[in-house]
Amino acid sequence: MKAALTSFISGIVFALGLGISGMTRPIKVIGFLDFFGNWDASLAFVMLGAIGVYFFASRLSRKMPAPILAPAFSIPKRTDLDARLIAGAALFGAGWGLAGFCPGPAITALASGAPAVAVFVGAMAAGICLHGWIMVSETFAEPRRGAIIEPATDA
Amino acid sequence: MHNFTPVASLIGGILIGSSAATMLLMNGKIAGISGIFAGLLKPVKGDTLWKSCFVAGLLAGGMLLRVLFPIAYEFGIVRPFGMLVVAGLLVGFGTRLGNGCTSGHGVCGIGRLSPRSLVATATFIATGATVVYFVNRILAGML
Repeated sequence: MKAALTSFISGIVFALGLGISGMTRPIKVIGFLDFFGNWDASLAFVMLGAIGVYFFASRLSRKMPAPILAPAFSIPKRTDLDARLIAGAALFGAGWGLAGFCPGPAITALASGAPAVAVFVGAMAAGICLHGWIMVSETFAEPRRGAIIEPATDA
Repeated sequence: MHNFTPVASLIGGILIGSSAATMLLMNGKIAGISGIFAGLLKPVKGDTLWKSCFVAGLLAGGMLLRVLFPIAYEFGIVRPFGMLVVAGLLVGFGTRLGNGCTSGHGVCGIGRLSPRSLVATATFIATGATVVYFVNRILAGML
């Protein structure tokens, strides 16, 4: 299972990147979001490094008929902007600013053994389930003919 | 500006980007952590193995950080548990509603110049900054 091993190793490298960059430290994240206070611009360099590498990988992927270890690319194709996208991002940002953790660093930092991280990740899992239940009840309440079932994610 | 760490942050960012690039070029997948984590809670057939392996890798990398880079867990700010619960709920719910988080939208989405991800990233940075502003200025005395 080369693809599974690749995922595992990528997860390790991702976690090391999060740790080295400062993303696992709420003081760095909150410092970055504190534009009107004592602003810490470090996380802009995280984005610069990560987006810079990914930009070229993305261009390269467009010239490839398929990824090396899989039959096809699964890449989101939507380009429309909708209220859910913006409302979801707004809620996510509020939680990110409140705790100083986003999903990747929080899962990585579970390894620290700190109870605060476990509390955050537990609540995050509950938030994901809550979304699932609300979306399910909405589907039952008002079935839409021809509704497009979105793939789980852009991300 | 104190605590400014441009070099470590750039190196970390390059590692994050390289990991996400590997997932794209090798496996054809977007390294969006919120989607990967949600996929473990609500499994989608055919996607469970790679998602589990990626999360296992995050945890293994997290263990390595304890030894190689212990400063990664000097959190500096730890919010009270009640606030962390509210924050976690917002992050979990919001990332599902908006289809992504910092990695999926902020790195992979912007890296492929997706207009949805550009808008999402601008939005979550804006609301994050707004919340930090209010927490630091208004609630600071109460915490």
